[in-house]
Amino acid sequence: MSAQKKKTFEEQIARLEEIVSLLEAGDAQLADSLTLFEEGTKLIASCSKELDQAEQKVVKLMKGPDGAPVELPFDSEG
Amino acid sequence: MEQTIYDVSQVNEFVKSLLDGVPALQDIYVRGELSNYKIYPSGHHYFTLKDTGGALRCVMFRGQASRLRFRPENGMKVIAQGRITVFPRDGAYQLYCNSLSPEGVGDLALAFEQLKQKLYAEGLFDPAHKKPLPAYPERIAVVTSSAGAAVHDMIRILGRRYPLAKVVLLPVRVQGAEAPPEIVGAIRYANRWKVGDVLITGRGGGSMEDLWAFNDERVARAIYESEIPVISAVGHEPDVTIADFVADARASTPSNAAEIAVPDQAELLRWLHGAGERMEQAETKRLKALRERVETLSSRRVMRDQLAYVQDKRMLLTHLQQRLGDLENHTLSLRRQKFSALAASLDAMSPLKVLGRGYAMVQKEDGALVRSWRDAPSGTPVTVVLGEGGLSCTVDRAFADSGNKRRRTSHERTEEKDL
Repeated sequence: MSAQKKKTFEEQIARLEEIVSLLEAGDAQLADSLTLFEEGTKLIASCSKELDQAEQKVVKLMKGPDGAPVELPFDSEG
Repeated sequence: MEQTIYDVSQVNEFVKSLLDGVPALQDIYVRGELSNYKIYPSGHHYFTLKDTGGALRCVMFRGQASRLRFRPENGMKVIAQGRITVFPRDGAYQLYCNSLSPEGVGDLALAFEQLKQKLYAEGLFDPAHKKPLPAYPERIAVVTSSAGAAVHDMIRILGRRYPLAKVVLLPVRVQGAEAPPEIVGAIRYANRWKVGDVLITGRGGGSMEDLWAFNDERVARAIYESEIPVISAVGHEPDVTIADFVADARASTPSNAAEIAVPDQAELLRWLHGAGERMEQAETKRLKALRERVETLSSRRVMRDQLAYVQDKRMLLTHLQQRLGDLENHTLSLRRQKFSALAASLDAMSPLKVLGRGYAMVQKEDGALVRSWRDAPSGTPVTVVLGEGGLSCTVDRAFADSGNKRRRTSHERTEEKDL
């Protein structure tokens, strides 16, 4: 699901870390800091939402006829 | 020739130097049966290895003995690894034992040690080669058996800790002769198709033989060559395999591998929450500081100076207005004085004053003063203004000679007029 987004979860977390430390360092311009704050808030919301809504997908990988991987369902409760 | 005579210690030193010069004796594996096993209060272990043909005295110092993974007993068949040298005090050679394993797994232990040495020498365990694990993997490749508890433990923990990640299982056999090539194939396949950001390989606990695939050299090399970081997760806590040494991270159990592979979403959510709070604090602090700065500036410099400026100008203006007012008053009074003076002199010259002395002033009806007899021919209505009151008259006769006016005739006047 995160693969469809522009930024991976890791990139979002990394950006958020950057924003928080920038804000804490306090050397951004006022307008910048408000923009950063807004961006940070959005990142927190989207990351939290991703985590809250995540449902783990488990697949079993088999080699297809052309050698490429084919995903099969895997019953993880077995 | 005279015989050389040696001291005892010289002989012992001589023999010791001979033995120490033989490389094979410096790292030797010896199979035998334990007897006379004694543990001294110092922590050192002393024992004898026997077989049907002989005995070998052995010592295992405290440090090595503490790493024993079984309890040695007399009569037990073991393989001891160590160095043979002379103990000069007793004039006896003995095995200084580094490790001891029960026979049976003894062959495996030997193979394990030898492979470990070999791969270590090749640098396969070099910490510099180890890759960092991704902090937030999106896909986790799991190379293990699709049966057994291990895979389900891993999936359960991965799902609980970090459901964002997709688990990609590459099922392999994990024991038996087919296991190593299957594990190797799966690791390489995972790399070729980049099916994961991190790879876990391992299996649940079992005997040393059960775990043996993870001591296979081919598996070790496949792990070493993997571009995807590998976490090894074999057996239980005390089990150590070659895969553990070569992997980028070693987990004590498959469940532990799942914990190592992904962050805990509960912690992550706390962190996110904390990040929001930190941002708000930073922003609040920053805005407060800015507000204080603005207040300081406005009260101390910009605003107050501007007000002072305006006030200054206003005071100056008031002052000027006052001066102007004063000046006007002054000018006015000067004028008033001048006017009074003028009025006084005017008064002095006033004809009214003259009239008061007995003179009269004659005005025609239009108010024009009559200055000459010619201005008012006889019959002209005139007003005579006196010092007090006046007379309304009609000119009876006009004559030129004011001194003899009563005696003048109209004739004479006419004549004079004609002149």
